[in-house]
Amino acid sequence: MSPVTYVRAPSATEAVRMGSEPGVRLLGGGTNLVDLMRKGVEAPSGLIDVTALADRVEQADDGGLVIGAPTRNSVVAAHPLIRTRYPMLSRAILAGASAQVRNMATVGGNLMQRTRCLYFNDAAGSRCNKRVPGSGCDAIGGSNRYHAIIGGSAACVATHPSDMCVALAALDARVRIAGPNGVRTVQLVDFHRLPGDRPDIETVLDHAEMIVAIELPAPLKALHSGYRKVRDRASYAFALVSVAAGLSMQDGRVRDVRVAFGGIAPKPWRAIRIEEALRGIPLVPETTAAAIEAEFAEAALLPGNAFKRELAKRTLTAMLNELAGDDA
Amino acid sequence: MAIRVNGEDVPPPDDIRVSLLDLLREQMNLSGTKVGCNQGACGACTVLIDGRRVLSCLTLAVQADGKSVTTIEGLGTAENLHPLQAAFIEHDGFQCGYCTPGQICAAAAMLEEAAAGMPSYLTSDLTTDRIILSREEVQERMSGNLCRCGAHNGIIDAILEVAGERRP
Repeated sequence: MSPVTYVRAPSATEAVRMGSEPGVRLLGGGTNLVDLMRKGVEAPSGLIDVTALADRVEQADDGGLVIGAPTRNSVVAAHPLIRTRYPMLSRAILAGASAQVRNMATVGGNLMQRTRCLYFNDAAGSRCNKRVPGSGCDAIGGSNRYHAIIGGSAACVATHPSDMCVALAALDARVRIAGPNGVRTVQLVDFHRLPGDRPDIETVLDHAEMIVAIELPAPLKALHSGYRKVRDRASYAFALVSVAAGLSMQDGRVRDVRVAFGGIAPKPWRAIRIEEALRGIPLVPETTAAAIEAEFAEAALLPGNAFKRELAKRTLTAMLNELAGDDA
Repeated sequence: MAIRVNGEDVPPPDDIRVSLLDLLREQMNLSGTKVGCNQGACGACTVLIDGRRVLSCLTLAVQADGKSVTTIEGLGTAENLHPLQAAFIEHDGFQCGYCTPGQICAAAAMLEEAAAGMPSYLTSDLTTDRIILSREEVQERMSGNLCRCGAHNGIIDAILEVAGERRP
């Protein structure tokens, strides 16, 4: 770790001003950034601690909620309004990391965390286009069990590791961003970029901007929802495949459906095509299978992760059947 | 400002790269907190900050400035064991003992979380604040603490015993 300065931002305005300095990074819980600094992957010249800023869950005028960016993951998961109105979000957060990490990690930091690709994290010994643009990718010909089957590129197949963001994608969450020119809002599904030929640019956030809050729109009525995570051990492991799904049935047909995947793409993957194909029809095994398969028609399978296409299909199918059963 | 460690105030380090773990062990000689993986994967360095369990290896000491840190040395002593320490001895909740301070700090906070109604991945009904600590619930809630000796069964037994004593 190279020498570095540390200050606590007294306000969001000050955080934006101080954070716009070149080489400076905003610090949330530190669960990812401190680790990456120690590994030599990140070398900021200064840290702006933003955890003293507004870390609250508040009701919005439109019936939704606003979650302050520094709010700890464990606080969000346990919040009564999240548990009762957005249970999918509580479950996704509780599926991630360990209790200790959830106590430290912030909501804003969860969006900004870097991939856990082994080669990205191995600054001393591996090539990585995300870490050093143009240097090559050791994952594509190497160990790629945890890598993307959709949305990747010839330069990078790293996955975004978040569970929380998968639920946020399914819930139509928005990201409130403050910058030198004021506040703007982007849809969470548009916040992360696909890698293309610049995997080092991961979000639409400018260096001089910061996430100040996550906005949740009013919850959908009568939506049964859940989060299912498949991983190499029962707890405290990153997803091979995860699914955030919501379903409401009416007269035997799908009235509304929400589907997002984790573990299979460089960003939280909202499966709009599956949703459109299923809306308005009965949940029949053949049509459901065809709708899911269409989403993965362009999947780029690698030797280590080819199993994920079938695993994703089966996980979503099981999830939809379970949610439909709730409506029976 | 100062970092309050087990009731004693210490100044934050000048070098902000010092982790809370290294501050405790190297500068305060509080060697109960252990260095395991030093990358947030094992839980051996678990301490409490303002009562919440956290990983001291991924916490910069300056982040704890103005906050209250409790380590295993602050939970119990050889003469006056914490109930979890006594239960770990009773149930053989360790072999080499290296993960034990982290296990006990994590368990102490976990019992408070459950009493406060905090749900886990296994909690089926998210609308209730009443958490019943089954064996599976304790396993899930303690999954951030690894034991390479494989003393997990004794560890869970010890925690369940203390959880049972706390049940109203």
